[in-house]
Amino acid sequence: MRTVWIIARREFRRYFTSPAGYLVLFLYLFVLGLIVNNSLQRAYAFSLFQGAPPPNADIVIGPMLTLLVFSIPALTMRLLAGEQASGTLELLLTAPVRDWELVVGKWLGALLFVVVLLALTLIYPLALHLLTEPGLDWGPVVSGYLGLLLVSAALLALGVAVSALFRSQVAAFVVTLALFLFLWMISSLAAAGSPSEGLLRYLDFGHHFYTAFFRGVIDLQGVVYYLSVTAFGLLMGTVIIESRRWRG
Amino acid sequence: MIKARGLTKYYGRRLAIDHLTFEAHKGEIVGFLGPNGAGKTTTMRILTGYMPPSDGDAWIAGYHVVDESLEVRRRVGYLPENIALYDDMTVWDYLAFMGQLRQVPNLDERIAEVLERVDLLHRSESFIGSLSRGMRQRVGLAQAILHRPEVLILDEPTMGLDPAQRVEVRNLIREIGQEHTVMLSTHILSEAQALCDRVLILNQGRILAEDTPEELELRLRGAQRIRLRVSGADRGDDLQSRLTALKGVLRVHQVDAHHWEVELAPEASRDLRPVLARTVLDAGYDLHEMCTVSLSLEDIFLQLIREEGAGPNEAPSTADDAPPTSAPEDDEEA
Repeated sequence: MRTVWIIARREFRRYFTSPAGYLVLFLYLFVLGLIVNNSLQRAYAFSLFQGAPPPNADIVIGPMLTLLVFSIPALTMRLLAGEQASGTLELLLTAPVRDWELVVGKWLGALLFVVVLLALTLIYPLALHLLTEPGLDWGPVVSGYLGLLLVSAALLALGVAVSALFRSQVAAFVVTLALFLFLWMISSLAAAGSPSEGLLRYLDFGHHFYTAFFRGVIDLQGVVYYLSVTAFGLLMGTVIIESRRWRG
Repeated sequence: MIKARGLTKYYGRRLAIDHLTFEAHKGEIVGFLGPNGAGKTTTMRILTGYMPPSDGDAWIAGYHVVDESLEVRRRVGYLPENIALYDDMTVWDYLAFMGQLRQVPNLDERIAEVLERVDLLHRSESFIGSLSRGMRQRVGLAQAILHRPEVLILDEPTMGLDPAQRVEVRNLIREIGQEHTVMLSTHILSEAQALCDRVLILNQGRILAEDTPEELELRLRGAQRIRLRVSGADRGDDLQSRLTALKGVLRVHQVDAHHWEVELAPEASRDLRPVLARTVLDAGYDLHEMCTVSLSLEDIFLQLIREEGAGPNEAPSTADDAPPTSAPEDDEEA
């Protein structure tokens, strides 16, 4: 565990010593800001006419999952692909570090960064709380953020595994994004009522989020799903690194 | 300290190293000498636990490189060929990271000590990306010795360095070699001779010869050539026969009208140069120049490969599975 923490800490710091980390942070907050601002203006316009209820945290949390799907590949692409391309992996693999410790450390470092990212977005619910009367219902905010954290853990683990497959960071990015989009759209592949619908819907990571956490429900099935995807991703990453050794 | 038995590695269907068996004892500096693609890096990567062999076993400090990989990796310091470092980290941060992974006690003190030793203390806050090739190499060395490893494995430690840096790194290795077992690879003959207690010559994944540098040198003297530049009297091929008649001369070859090359026999222990000079003068020629033609590594390999090719015919005992210990066939045939 000590080794995992050393690797995670270093990986976390690296996001702040390289432009990539700041770029993701900036773009994420900027685009989210634009969307929230837009929704707020629309909500204000509606309220003038129809006396519609004030906007709730949905206008913040709703777009955040989409933005994560596009941001996380940028965070995970270099984790192992970069080390393979530059050759620095060789020294890590000849240090007394188990393969799983390396993979989990990388993942944890990225997860810590996402935690910072999510924490920074809390300014939007906070602003909403101050702007609206009688303020926000914080329940869905808590469950929404918990859901986002679980989704992030799962997506990051898949991203790390894909990053282990490639030497090229660009390839890692593209394939990770494609995988995410596939998993996101998977439930729409199934015809309604077909026997595979249940299974495909279960595999859809957006489905668990929008039907439960987003609505203020902490759903055990969803938690299990995200944690199993996380475990699967980390396991795949470890297996891929291990097989790299055998292939030489 | 290092023990390898029948080490074999295939990359796909390509055989990279073929049943290597060798040993390195405590406090010894052992060199792998060979052209590119001889299998030096592959062997070292197996010894460092980076990848497992296809067949065969190796132990470092008594630990098996595959079964007890973690123990092996704790005891080995490794400088890979073309060392890759994190350019966006400072020298100090990088060593701190590697030191933490290796659980080095009193890390800050140790980093300062190691940086002092590789003469980089003044650059400890520089980003690695801003360092010169030689400095990067020294960071790599610092990283390799940081945890006081019992075994140091250095892959082409002086490659890409300028001559001054080369001398510097060699001195450092010699110094380190007093406390650690060092295994290094090089394709520079003089470097192997200057640094190593023992040299393994590798070609196409096989050990062609294993010798101390002295023995190796003796062996190479068998192919020592002296080039003469002469002018003057042309009394036919008199010089040719006179030189050939000298004891210790193996072959005489006239390169062109003014240049002759004399190949000396390996057992010619005495210096033949005064004798050669006198012979040239006696033959009525003027001697303008006399120099030793140093053999390039390529020549030595060609020679060794030739010997190897001839070996089985004359001495069928050197079967492939019996590892050639000191390749005895050549001294006998000469």
